[in-house]
Amino acid sequence: MFDDLRDLYQEVILDHGKNPRNFGKPENFNRMARGENPLCGDKINVYLSIGADGRVQDAHFDGRGCAISQASASLMTETLKGKTEAEAEALFGHFHDMCTKDDHEHTDHGPLDPEAVEKLDVLSGVREFPMRVKCATLAWHTMHAAIHGDDKTTTE
Amino acid sequence: MDTRILTNAPYDVDKVRQDFPILTRLVHEKPGRPGKPLVYLDNAASAQKPRAVIDAMAHFMAHDYSNVHRGVHYLSQVATNLYEATRVKTATFLNAPSPDTIVFTRSATEAFNLVASSWGGAHLKAGDEIILSVMEHHANIVPWQLLRSRTGIVIKVAPVLDDGTLDLDALADLLKSPKVKLVSITHGSNVLGTVTPAAEIARMAHAAGAKVLFDGSQAAVHMPVDVQAIDADFYIMTGHKLYGPTGFGVLYGKAEVLESMPPYQGGGDMIQTVTFEETTFREVPHRFEAGTPPIVEGIGFGAAIDYVTALGMDAIHAHEQRLLAYATEKLRAIPGLRLIGTSPTKAAILSFTIEGVHPHDIGTLVDRAGVAVRVGRHCAEPLMDRFGVGATARASFALYNTEAEADALVDAVRAVREFFN
Repeated sequence: MFDDLRDLYQEVILDHGKNPRNFGKPENFNRMARGENPLCGDKINVYLSIGADGRVQDAHFDGRGCAISQASASLMTETLKGKTEAEAEALFGHFHDMCTKDDHEHTDHGPLDPEAVEKLDVLSGVREFPMRVKCATLAWHTMHAAIHGDDKTTTE
Repeated sequence: MDTRILTNAPYDVDKVRQDFPILTRLVHEKPGRPGKPLVYLDNAASAQKPRAVIDAMAHFMAHDYSNVHRGVHYLSQVATNLYEATRVKTATFLNAPSPDTIVFTRSATEAFNLVASSWGGAHLKAGDEIILSVMEHHANIVPWQLLRSRTGIVIKVAPVLDDGTLDLDALADLLKSPKVKLVSITHGSNVLGTVTPAAEIARMAHAAGAKVLFDGSQAAVHMPVDVQAIDADFYIMTGHKLYGPTGFGVLYGKAEVLESMPPYQGGGDMIQTVTFEETTFREVPHRFEAGTPPIVEGIGFGAAIDYVTALGMDAIHAHEQRLLAYATEKLRAIPGLRLIGTSPTKAAILSFTIEGVHPHDIGTLVDRAGVAVRVGRHCAEPLMDRFGVGATARASFALYNTEAEADALVDAVRAVREFFN
């Protein structure tokens, strides 16, 4: 019945949605933000541990949401590790473009980690579902807020 | 509830469906991929429009359009008569004692803001209490909070039982306070479907010296409403859920209550004379209708009332209750599905969750099967908290839905479970 939804709900997404990685509040973190999508009620906390060298040592999240938002948060925490703040922001810029624009419309956000880009590509199906873009980007907006010291963000 | 005699003619839903042009369309049509027939179960958000409403609005704009209440020319009189005819129809529909007790607004939301601002502003002072219920739509919460921040009123909240029935004992306890001035409660929950015992609530409120307001945005669509029988001081409904256009709402108020209220918005049409020193206002209900009203929408709403009245609200109610029973039984048989709202008195609204699947994902998937449901918090966040859910999926039925469509919903929901397993 849902064959043509496999582009959106790829196996990797279903897996990360069901078994999110880096889920739960860690003992140590030095940046944190809460994100909320008021339309659907999704709530998420992102916890970052940023080292003296300015790199993300660890990233975790908790909260509740749909398969897309949970999988996106899970994949994000995996790709953030080891990135500088600038690299993390560049990845966010790329991810946002990927979810909202055709390939030729992407803008340059700075150097990107090709491995991370490949990993995040499983969420590119979201582009065909404008109502679900906010599900996919919620974790990233929240990460951005955590880095910039805003403790609350919303995708509205 | 009203117990007028049920109509004897069988309800011919196939014939009814022919009145709604949109119901024949396909969704998700793409080159090389056939579309799916639309199964529209998002009626509690907004209902589809019968040809009679569409044609009435188009005909009015093509033949009879003019501003109302002010011109001496021919069309102004024609348009005014047609627009005011809707007031008479609305009064009849709600069994209001007079068309003068019917105030037109641009939405149910505006009607709530009108009562909170005008009646609340004039009659409530710091420390006075109003009682809402936990299942209120945000439109019956936020206007009171705005008033609270201006005047210092106190908002009390009546709970619901686990099946979504209003907790009348708790309401009685809240009414023991001598400070309660208003009970403002839904007549039918947009999430749970719960139909509240309006007459009993009004009796309780009046015995405590409080006025009572009912949010009929859902209830008035699903069953006959008699504002005199339930003794409502205020009753609010909206046009677009009753198969009419958007941009049109109704506030019924008892004559003496409306008379006690100052104007809400100021502007044209609501005044008698204006000088820079002093302005006098028109009589009720026009005092509350500032500016050019939603004229075309009013014509459409009148046509919608004619349409449902011809079918019979009793017959519509009976049809939807059959659908409710049928869909409830089928959904309940799905493992892991939790129905939120199982009150014995319900309108055909089914909110549910599925274990392990977020409502948003349910919505996206069943949509691919052509089934339109609402997912999210339904403008009733406190109620989501009450039932410990972040969101629900909601299927809401209307006069044109069928058992086959309930089957389509159930099949799609079953497939959702399999997809995520």
